[in-house]
Amino acid sequence: MLRDEQGPYFGEFGGRFVPESLIAALDELSLAYDACKIDPGFQAELMDLHRTYTGRPSIITEVPRFAAHAGNARILLKREDLNHTGSHKINNVLGQALVARRIGKTRLIAETGAGQHGVATATAAALFGMECVVYMGEVDTVRQALNVARMRLLGAEVIPVTTGSRTLKDAINEALRDWVANVDNTHYLLGTVAGPHPFPYMVRDFHKIIGEESREQVLEMTGALPDAVVACVGGGSNAIGMFHAFLDDPSVRLIGYEAAGRGVDTPEHAATITKGRPGVLHGARSYMLQDEDGQTLESHSISAGLDYPGVGPEHSWLNDLGRAEYRPVTDDEAMHAMRLLSRTEGIIPAIETAHALAGALELGKELGPESVILINLSGRGDKDMETAGKYFDLFDGVES
Amino acid sequence: MSSRVEATLDACRTEGRGALVGYLPLGFPSIDESIEAAVALVENGADILELGLPYSDPVMDGLVIQQATEKALANGFRLRDAFGAVKEITDRVSAPVLVMTYWNPVVQYGVEKFARDLKQAGGAGLITPDLIPDEAQQWIDASDKHDLDRVFLAAPSSTDTRLAETIRVSRGFVYAVSTMGITGARADVDTAAHNLVSRLRNAGAKHVGVGVGISTREQVVEVLDYAEGAIVGSAIVSALGDSGVSGVASIAARLSGRSEVQGVARHT
Ligand SMILES: Cc1ncc(COP(=O)(O)O)c(C=O)c1O
Repeated sequence: MLRDEQGPYFGEFGGRFVPESLIAALDELSLAYDACKIDPGFQAELMDLHRTYTGRPSIITEVPRFAAHAGNARILLKREDLNHTGSHKINNVLGQALVARRIGKTRLIAETGAGQHGVATATAAALFGMECVVYMGEVDTVRQALNVARMRLLGAEVIPVTTGSRTLKDAINEALRDWVANVDNTHYLLGTVAGPHPFPYMVRDFHKIIGEESREQVLEMTGALPDAVVACVGGGSNAIGMFHAFLDDPSVRLIGYEAAGRGVDTPEHAATITKGRPGVLHGARSYMLQDEDGQTLESHSISAGLDYPGVGPEHSWLNDLGRAEYRPVTDDEAMHAMRLLSRTEGIIPAIETAHALAGALELGKELGPESVILINLSGRGDKDMETAGKYFDLFDGVES
Repeated sequence: MSSRVEATLDACRTEGRGALVGYLPLGFPSIDESIEAAVALVENGADILELGLPYSDPVMDGLVIQQATEKALANGFRLRDAFGAVKEITDRVSAPVLVMTYWNPVVQYGVEKFARDLKQAGGAGLITPDLIPDEAQQWIDASDKHDLDRVFLAAPSSTDTRLAETIRVSRGFVYAVSTMGITGARADVDTAAHNLVSRLRNAGAKHVGVGVGISTREQVVEVLDYAEGAIVGSAIVSALGDSGVSGVASIAARLSGRSEVQGVARHT
C-alpha cells in the first residue's frame, strides 16, 4: 500500500543530506516520534488539543456559485482555513511541539514564508510556555507584515534573513544553522514535508487527519469517493495531508497545483515538479529548481507560502509513480480565483490556496458536471490583504 | 590506495609538528585572485589546501564564508572553472589540494565524472560537509576507482558507532568539528574538540583534522597538540577580503608560526 511508506526514502527520494552534527538530533527525533506514534496517551493528548484548541474536525462547505464557473462540477471545500491561526499549519505544529516537549526541548525554532507556519509555531510556544524564534526572509517580512506583528504579539522573536534570495529557502538555511548550534535545548519545528528524515514522514502524519476526515465526510455527503482531490503545493504539507488517505483509492485523481508565477516559460516561477529535476536541497533528495551546476534557483510566486524552489520527497515519488499529477497555476490565475471565491461564496482564501481553486476551475470543465472535486482550502486570506490590496487596487483607487 | 593527504600529515609528524590546513573558496573575489591567494597560502605555511566550491545554500557556513561564496557566484563562478583552477594551483604548489563541496553540485555534475575530472586536475579528494557515510555509497565507489581521499565529518554529538563507521570510510583524515555550530572565528576552541579527538583515537583514528572556529596561531598550536591537522577557514577568508593576497600571505605566515612572509612583493 502506498499509504504505508514511512521513509527515510520514498522510492529514490528523501534521505538525510545534512551535516553530521545534526544526525544525533534527527535520530533522537525519529525514535521519539515513532514512540509517540504508537502511544495511545500521546495520540489522545493531540486529539484533545485538536478538539478543544484547533477546532477539529474542520467542516466541509459545498460551493455551487463558485462551481458555476467550473463547468458545474460539484465542488467541496475542506475548511482548514477555519482552524485556529487560520491554516492547516497548526496540525503539524501542535504534533511536533508535543514531541519536542517529550524529549525535553524548551526552545522552538521555525522557518516561515507566508508567516502562517511562524504564527502557528509562535502560538504553540505560547501555549506550552516555550521560547520561540522564527526565521523569515526579509522579502517575506515585508509582504506578510501582518503575520510578523502577530508572531511578535505572541511573544516570538522574528529574525529577518538577509542572505541569499531572502525568502523561504534562506530562512530554512538559517534555521538549520541555528539548530546545529543549539540542538541541546532546541527543536527545529520544520513547517512542511521537506527536509531530512524524519520530517517528511512525521509532518505528513500530523497532516493526514485532513484527508482522513474529508474521506469520511465526503462519503457521508455524497455516498461515494470524490473523482478528484486537489491542493496547492509549496513544500507540499497541505497537499500530502489531503492526498494521503486517498493514495490507495485508484479511482480518485490526485492533483497538486504549483505556483507558475509569471509563467513556466519565464524564469519567475516556483513550479518545482513541472520544471525542475531531482537534486539535493535542505537535507533531502527531491525535485528542485536548479541551474546546470546544481545551484538552487530563486523561485517566484505572488504567494510567499509557495515561493520555494523545492518540494517534499513523497510528492516527487508520487509524481514519478504517476499516482499524483502536478500542474502549474500563474499569479494572475490564482488572484482571479481568490476574488471569485470571495465574491461568489463569501470566503476569502489565502493566495496559496487560491492556486488550487484556480486549478479546480479548469479541472471542473475537464471532468464535467457529474464530477465531484474536493479542494483543500488550506488557509484564509486575511494575511494577504496587503498583496491583494495592491493587486486589485483596493486601497484608494477604483478597483481594476 | 595511497593517500597524499595522509602522507603529508605523516611527514609533518616526522618533523615533530602538526599540519596547517588552509581553506579558501574558489572564485572569491575572482577566479584569478583565488588562485593567487591559494598559492600564497601554501608558500606561507599551509601544508594542505582546502578549496571550497561556492554553493547557493551553504548550511554549514557562517557569515564570512557565506558572503564570500555569494560574491563568487555573483561574479560568475561556474563549476567547470573549478577543475582548471585546481589544475593551475596543483601545477604551482606541491601541497595536496582537497576540494570542499556541498553534495548537490557533485550529483548534478555526475559523481563519477566529478571524481575523474578532479583526479585529472591533480586534486587529492573531497571534503563533504552535507554528505554522511550512510548516503555516500556512490562517492565511496568513485573515490576508490579514482584513488581520491574522502574526508567525512565527525561531530561532538556523533555516537561511538557513528564515529567508528566514519573512521572506517574516511581516507586522508577525519574532520573533527570542534564545536556544535557553523564555521566562523571564535574566541576559544571548544573543549568539545579535545574530547571528540580522544573518542576518535579510542575508536582507532590515525589522522584527525580539527576545524570550525580556529583563527589564531595560539589556537592552532593548542589543537596540534592533540590532532594531526588544524583547519583554518573564515580567518583566512576575512584576510583575503580585507587585504587581498598579501593579507592571506601574512595570516598564513602567522598561523604557521613563520617570522617572514614569502613572495609578498609579487602579490602586492
Ligand atoms: C495557507 C497556506 N497554504 C499552503 C501553504 C504551502 O505550504 P505547503 O505546500 O507545505 O502546504 C502555505 C504556506 O505557508 C499556507 O500558508
